[in-house]
Amino acid sequence: MHVPDGFLDAPTSVATGAVAVVAVGVALRGARRELDDKTAPLAGLVATFVFATQMLNFPVGAGTSGHLLGGALAAVLVGPSTALLCMTVVFVVQALLFADGGITALGTNIDLMGLVTVVVGYLVFRGLQAVLPKRLSLVAPAAAAGALISVPVAALCFTGLYAVGGQADIPLGTLAAAMVGWHVLIGVGEALITGLAVGSIVAVRPDLVHGARRVLERRTLEVRTSHGAPT
Amino acid sequence: MSTRALVVTGLLVALLLAGVVSYYASSSPDGLNRVARDKGFSQTQTRHHADGSPFAGYGTRGVGDRRVSKGVAGVVGSLVVLALAGGVTLLVRRRGPRPEPREERAPVEHGGR
Repeated sequence: MHVPDGFLDAPTSVATGAVAVVAVGVALRGARRELDDKTAPLAGLVATFVFATQMLNFPVGAGTSGHLLGGALAAVLVGPSTALLCMTVVFVVQALLFADGGITALGTNIDLMGLVTVVVGYLVFRGLQAVLPKRLSLVAPAAAAGALISVPVAALCFTGLYAVGGQADIPLGTLAAAMVGWHVLIGVGEALITGLAVGSIVAVRPDLVHGARRVLERRTLEVRTSHGAPT
Repeated sequence: MSTRALVVTGLLVALLLAGVVSYYASSSPDGLNRVARDKGFSQTQTRHHADGSPFAGYGTRGVGDRRVSKGVAGVVGSLVVLALAGGVTLLVRRRGPRPEPREERAPVEHGGR
């Protein structure tokens, strides 16, 4: 969904750039709460994995492809603030080194593919965690659900931006339908990859997974009661 | 599995994906490009300012073999992302818990609260 230069007009690009700057500023503060000596190494891995996986366009039918965006994946693994920092690094490198995603559109891409997928993916994930039983085996499916929803929402947000600052006059209803239609399919791929990746790390080191913390905290309490009096 | 083993394994998987598997990725237009073409606004796209980059378009300039060209670009990109994201997160993280002397210095922190 990398937006190139020229799709959106200058005022819209400046506005999305300003939103991105504020969001990254907030994330820099927030990431301090999420990262410690134990979890910091995972963040570099997550950014690298998102970059690598974004190179893997998978076909979604009728001569169209899509790739992982990765906001939900990153948010569940390392926390939403750190996730936005990781995604921002990926988009900056893609734009400057690989000419993928416009440079004036960098803010737009950070907002759509970073901020929106991180926030939506994480909110859906946490919402599901609140209503589902607190089991480690449900972390990956909840992450996958967040990933599934996050992609069409990002597509819808692009449509909204295009309504404000699109360089061509396109009927919005058909644009929204086309964007959401394709990106629901891409969201299915996003959900599969996210579920697989989160599931793998939860299986070996759940203590490193940000989104598994609440489940583990509860488990720790259970262990203490079954062992009798805590020291 | 130690954290180090997990991170190293994960990085090897990422390098394999970016360096080898990426060659087999679909080259069809992605969802946005497809919609832009169908709805007739793809022509407003302008030339990319970074077209001169040696890795523009996920190829490596000067490397003829397409498999190698994309593989090198993928590995270079992965390592650059790792260095930048790893650097940022190491700078931002909370230090500690460390030995006592370090903690005694904690009150000096002027975080402004």
